[in-house]
Amino acid sequence: MRRYFGRKLLTYLITFFVAATIDWMIPRFMPGDPIAVLVAKTNGISSQSAQYLVDYYNNLFGLNKPLPVQFLNFWSSLLHGNLGLSIYGDGTPVTQMIMAAVPYTLALLIPSILLSWWAGNSFGALAARRRWLDNTILPVGYVLTATPYMWLAIVLSFVLSFSLRIFPLSGGYGFNLEPTLTWLFFTDLVAHWVLPFMSLFLVMFGGWAIGMRNMIIYELESDYSRYLAALGAPQGLIRKYAFRNAMLPQITGLALQLGVIVAGALVTEIVFSYPGLGHLVFQAIENEDYFLLQGIFLFIIVGVLLANFIVDIVYVIVDPRTRVAMRGGTA
Amino acid sequence: MSLQVSDLRVYYRTLAGDVQALDGATFSIADKEIMGLAGESGCGKSTLGNSLIRLDGRMKYVAGSVTLDGNSLPVWDNDGMNEFRFRDVSVIPQYAMSAMNPTRKIGTMIAELLESRGESYKEIRPELMRRIDLVGLQPDVLSRYPIELSGGMKQRMVMVISTLLDPSLLIADEITSALDVSTQRAVAETLVSFRDHGFVKSMMVITHDVSILYQTADTILIMYAGKLAEKAPTKTIIEDPRHPYTRMLISSLPEVGVRYANKKLSGIPGSPPALLNPPTGCRFRARCPLAFDKCAEEPPFIEIAGDHSVACWKATRADA
Ligand SMILES: Nc1ncnc2c1ncn2[C@@H]1O[C@H](COP(=O)(O)OP(=O)(O)OP(=O)(O)O)[C@@H](O)[C@H]1O
Ligand code: SF4
Ligand SMILES: [Mg+2]
Repeated sequence: MRRYFGRKLLTYLITFFVAATIDWMIPRFMPGDPIAVLVAKTNGISSQSAQYLVDYYNNLFGLNKPLPVQFLNFWSSLLHGNLGLSIYGDGTPVTQMIMAAVPYTLALLIPSILLSWWAGNSFGALAARRRWLDNTILPVGYVLTATPYMWLAIVLSFVLSFSLRIFPLSGGYGFNLEPTLTWLFFTDLVAHWVLPFMSLFLVMFGGWAIGMRNMIIYELESDYSRYLAALGAPQGLIRKYAFRNAMLPQITGLALQLGVIVAGALVTEIVFSYPGLGHLVFQAIENEDYFLLQGIFLFIIVGVLLANFIVDIVYVIVDPRTRVAMRGGTA
Repeated sequence: MSLQVSDLRVYYRTLAGDVQALDGATFSIADKEIMGLAGESGCGKSTLGNSLIRLDGRMKYVAGSVTLDGNSLPVWDNDGMNEFRFRDVSVIPQYAMSAMNPTRKIGTMIAELLESRGESYKEIRPELMRRIDLVGLQPDVLSRYPIELSGGMKQRMVMVISTLLDPSLLIADEITSALDVSTQRAVAETLVSFRDHGFVKSMMVITHDVSILYQTADTILIMYAGKLAEKAPTKTIIEDPRHPYTRMLISSLPEVGVRYANKKLSGIPGSPPALLNPPTGCRFRARCPLAFDKCAEEPPFIEIAGDHSVACWKATRADA
């Protein structure tokens, strides 16, 4: 068990190192000059003072050093929890900007992942035993899971907010409100949250429901189900076993899907101008703010890796076969 | 009479039509009798075995009746059969290696199965432990997962589980084919000892390897292309078979009475007819060296001597 997790941990660390290095490289080798963008904001100054500003900023952000030094600096400040200063945010620390956006993204991700997983699996299990459900609503599941996140988000925002005006069109809360601990602000927050949540939830729901339904049918036809049926075990017991065993691949599926889901959340936020990380990525790209971009990606990488690690641990707890294999049982 | 089967017909529904895999079986198994059921692959042995306990989705009951210890078994009614399964009829399936839920400890699975059938695991446990010991397993198998057992251990465990409620009839389908020779012998001996201990009253041992039956079975039933060909005591089948198919089957074995574990039923020229639209008359006609005009009619499966039934026009003394 120790060795297993040790190996896993090492894999995750290597993955992190590689991903972070790529993350460091991409903005530096991308076309475009963020300092020029920044200096261009201050219009009406002489070219001499402009040159002075460029030098000043290059120095401030450490961009005038040789690349290897920049790389080492990157890691050393990273280990100190320092992701640099945002150009777009006029020198606000990147960490601070990320921390302001993270609650919004998590508020979308966590409920939509957990609820869609739960609802999709329950529904899929139900569909596996009710022919009419299988025939009517399952096709809907196929359509949902095949829908790109962005597309569903656009449809939802067009129908439910632009046309029917049930939900607000964009933003995290109304422009006329200040974040306060009031009931008014809270309901407004929820109203803005519903649509981006729904577009994430619905797409994932379709995928889980179909996966579960197919897994259950597979398990119900497996040898241990047939044996139980031959010994006269009631349907209840056979279904219970099939459901438990069908759940296991769904947990692995969750680990595999996490990256896709996070990407889905990012584009959904852009569609709804929802002030989470996705929205921030969008701003960072528009303003060629590569410290910010780099910081957000790094944050997402760590988040996804961490979540994967948790799913790995959960899987070992719920599937006895992995535990047996770790003890070196005969297969 | 423990088991009586009369004119049992079970077909497989396919898009092309009905596969007549079991077409009118009439036979009986006495108390304490171990009956071997042999025949080439695809002749309907598993179909016959399964239809006595559970028809799977594609099997269609067509006709016939099954009586066990005087009770009529509703083999066509999946729910109605439930109360007989495990208690009266039980099975060691062909897939014994994968018959146990891989994610449940074996003991937990047995307990849940027993409780779901209204039996008390606590009361049965001492007997369970005794039988686990009898088949040479350690008591701690109950706290293991199936993946932790070897193939032979799984096989023995399933044998214990299937016979735990002392069924009247046990169907053992190809339970030796996946095993090596010495394990095959042990399994065959275990089957006999289960009968001798009274764990099961009578048994149907399905195999396509006749030699495994020599030291196991009291009687042998030979099937050919969905029909019964011959049933007689083991000794008679070996020494005085009447059906041409049985004769060819037995003579294709190198030496009677000796175990040739790897000797399969082969070496008879030709192949059995398709069961989708089987030929009329005797189904063995195309391969039979003795075939004559009358064989265009179907030969009845009749008793030609005490305990000896054959379906062949040449076997009945009057015609021979
Ligand atoms: N699900 C099915 N659908 C259609 N035909 C089937 C199906 N299962 C079996 N059959 C046909 O029924 C016939 C009898 O099959 P069965 O499994 O009873 O043979 P068997 O004697 O047990 O063979 P084996 O020794 O290979 O196990 C075969 O000809 C087979 O092709
Ligand atoms: S009935 Fe005719 S064809 Fe069939 S086995 Fe007997 S002799 Fe051969
Ligand atoms: Mg078979």
